[in-house]
Amino acid sequence: MTFLSELLAWFTDPLNWQGSSGIPIRTWEHIQYSVAATLIAALIALPIALYLGHTGRGGLLAINIANIGRAIPSLGLIIMAFILLGLNITPVMIALVALAIPPIVTNTYIGIRNVNREVRDAAGGMGMTGWQVLTQVEIPVAMPLIMAGLRTSAVQVVATATLAAYLSFGGLGRFLFDGLALQDYEQLTGGALLIAALSLITEFLLARVQTVVVPKGLAKRNATAAVDAKMSGKAGVASSGA
Amino acid sequence: MDWGWVQDHLGEIQSLFFQHAQFTLLALVYGFAIAFPLALAATRWPRLYTPILGLTGILFTIPSIALFMLMMPFTGPTATTCLIALTIYTLLVLVRNTVEGLKGVPREVREAAEAMGYRRFKQLFRVELPIALPVIIAGIRIAVVTTIGLVTITALIGFGGLGALFIDGFRQAFGTPIIVGFALSVLFAVAADLALVGVQRLLTPWARGGDSR
Repeated sequence: MTFLSELLAWFTDPLNWQGSSGIPIRTWEHIQYSVAATLIAALIALPIALYLGHTGRGGLLAINIANIGRAIPSLGLIIMAFILLGLNITPVMIALVALAIPPIVTNTYIGIRNVNREVRDAAGGMGMTGWQVLTQVEIPVAMPLIMAGLRTSAVQVVATATLAAYLSFGGLGRFLFDGLALQDYEQLTGGALLIAALSLITEFLLARVQTVVVPKGLAKRNATAAVDAKMSGKAGVASSGA
Repeated sequence: MDWGWVQDHLGEIQSLFFQHAQFTLLALVYGFAIAFPLALAATRWPRLYTPILGLTGILFTIPSIALFMLMMPFTGPTATTCLIALTIYTLLVLVRNTVEGLKGVPREVREAAEAMGYRRFKQLFRVELPIALPVIIAGIRIAVVTTIGLVTITALIGFGGLGALFIDGFRQAFGTPIIVGFALSVLFAVAADLALVGVQRLLTPWARGGDSR
């Protein structure tokens, strides 16, 4: 009980809401890292995955890259990038982008490949060019999975951006590592709660975006696809095949 | 890459690997011990499925670093903290895949088993679970690979298995331990994943050599 009231005191202390190390600024830094990394990852991953999915090439790599990505230790990746590139924000961004790419690639690829052959053929038969088939048929039909991949990546990036603070940068991780170093459990817990909240909000917001960008006719499929893509890989594929 | 360092620290690397393997194994065992009954309950009473999935989903969305830190005031920087958090992260995949696997058992198979006089538990263990096994193992594979990665995060509170090498390397601004920890942890994940594929092949002999259905 005393801990909870001290935690509440930490959250309500006006000092924690002011200046360059206050909660608003740290949150904003965290959001900036996360949005930048997710956008860069999407700009790299989407064209590649759309191309592979449309042409049906490189399937083995595209499907397995998400599993490989899961095995990559984020802390190790960030520290290794730091040792190689020195103390600036680049190693953090490289690590975040590298972690965000695999789920986008795998989900987008599977989404595009799962478009019914007949639908694709019908589009071709109607005289659509390859580009039109991709943009007017395949992408809209694959949208639930494309969005699910982006969501998985964004949530993962928000989580991992915490580690930027380990390399003495900002973001909400600052409260964690400072709290840990000072044995200041209110700051530690407060920071952890803020990070957890930001992750859940990200997930929730992107789920809302998904309902907007997914074509209405696919809305029902959308619900199951979102669950599948949460696991973004073998499980989803295996269970939908069963 | 400084091979001399590796040679001098072989013993340490070995014990870190054992810690890593121990954490992974325990998290999976605890995770399964919780997820399996939950999954059975969700299969038996489908109404429970959505809330169980929702709750484990929310827990899964909470970043691992945040969860480790949230438990610090209560359980301190201990192995317990690591194991509770690691276990929590296995739940979503294990519950989901066990339920989906059981749901995927064809109705005819279920009816045939009933007609043959199987009682509920015997039917579950002798008929339904074997058929659900590939999907369940797919879940275990994801859980194992994810856990092996997450264990390295516990380095931030003084554990970490091979992840402890990241902190070593960071403190000394020395790349070798980081490369060793990184490579071994990825290799461990890949090896564990392949081993589980092997286990699945052994346990589902009927699935070998083409489609059995």
